[in-house]
Amino acid sequence: MNQPVNSPQMKHLVSMRDVTKEDMLSLIDLASRIEAGQIKPDLSGKLGALLFFEPSTRTYFSFDTAIKRLGGNTLAMTGSGSTSVKKGESLADTLMTVRQYADFIVMRHKIEGAARFASEILDIPVINAGDGTNQHPTQAMLDLYSIHKTQGTLENLTVAMIGDLRLGRTVHSLAQALSDFNPKFYFASPRHLQMPKYIKDELKNKGVDFEEVEDIKPIIPHLDIMYVTRIQKERFAVLEDYEKVKDAYIITPEVLENVKENFRLMHPLPRVNEITVEVDKMPYAYYFRQARNGVVMRQAIIAKLLNLDVN
Amino acid sequence: MKEKKQLRVDPIKNGTVIDHITAGKALQVADILNLQQTDNLMLIGVHLSSKKMGKKDIVKIENRNLTADEVNGIALISPNATLTIIEDYRVVKKQKITLPEAIKGHIICPNPNCVTNVEQVETRFIIANGTPVEVQCAYCEKKYGIEDVKFRF
Repeated sequence: MNQPVNSPQMKHLVSMRDVTKEDMLSLIDLASRIEAGQIKPDLSGKLGALLFFEPSTRTYFSFDTAIKRLGGNTLAMTGSGSTSVKKGESLADTLMTVRQYADFIVMRHKIEGAARFASEILDIPVINAGDGTNQHPTQAMLDLYSIHKTQGTLENLTVAMIGDLRLGRTVHSLAQALSDFNPKFYFASPRHLQMPKYIKDELKNKGVDFEEVEDIKPIIPHLDIMYVTRIQKERFAVLEDYEKVKDAYIITPEVLENVKENFRLMHPLPRVNEITVEVDKMPYAYYFRQARNGVVMRQAIIAKLLNLDVN
Repeated sequence: MKEKKQLRVDPIKNGTVIDHITAGKALQVADILNLQQTDNLMLIGVHLSSKKMGKKDIVKIENRNLTADEVNGIALISPNATLTIIEDYRVVKKQKITLPEAIKGHIICPNPNCVTNVEQVETRFIIANGTPVEVQCAYCEKKYGIEDVKFRF
């Protein structure tokens, strides 16, 4: 007998701020059951519009794969170059038009709050695939799924975040999401790229234990997860400043000599040189699996938002 | 001999007195009441001495009650202000202003990359902290001190 996926309350996925601890755990559970082949949500006959006003190959492929694996179809727009957007059409009009064809919308836009706006004017589910520097909730969810999968839990973990913590959207969302699970955080970054004050304030208010460190060597043996992010060249106005910090933290097999057995190394990708290719062969390297988990988690998100039948 | 208490700002016959405004904020309050376009008599006192506050501002507007929206706006820029309704030179109602949980419209998001500055959509801000007041845009989710945002009434 077909059973609908529970959760009438979750209609859109716009921001991790709207996602409760229960929602996170239920999505993780759903993703593991999908991955194990225990359930097969059925998206056949449904059309998902992939509106990528700003290009992003990785996220686009991941959603496209997720929708097709569920048996659904896609309607795609990448970049605003050749569309009516360029002709001066408002975002609202573009969305209202696409709504006439699609059953749900996945959108990435450089304007912050664009997905929230879409979710308020549309009566079909909207999934935020990144809005400027603001939110990228499906990335946060796939990171949580990856952590849960490798550690068996999200509770009481010791997690280091390394690299550009100031502008890195993924580390902000992940720190916020994990803060409900009693973590211990270490933040390591060049001085100008530290975790923003508002995130640290939020963590303090929640009583989360965190420490900012410069040297990562002493913390390595304590870690369950190390989450490395790229220091983005394009964020620097002066190239010299970039050169000064770009090699601040490079993860090599030597750096990982004293890690715990359950330790895993994560990265949202793309990487440049912050993790050397020699690390890829180590059992701790998890970043490519992480990308694969992204597809499963996105299948789970779509199944939940569309309340798909599971057989 | 007892010194006679003298009002530094003339009384009004009918209307609303907004008292205990944070010193220096009277003109912003007047803006909220649409100073530029109103025909109502408006009296503004700035940097008056106050026992409780040291210095305070006051705004009196004749023949007019404030809308809930205007009261919310005043609460944001001066959370300790008080409202008094005057009829025939007498106080008929006193009211302390309270901060709303959220405010629709009126605050302009300072983030140029926020959807509210690009599409035709009413802004919505969540009031985050007591003092100093912090507001968070419900769309781009950026947080600002109340001093850093502009109003449109």
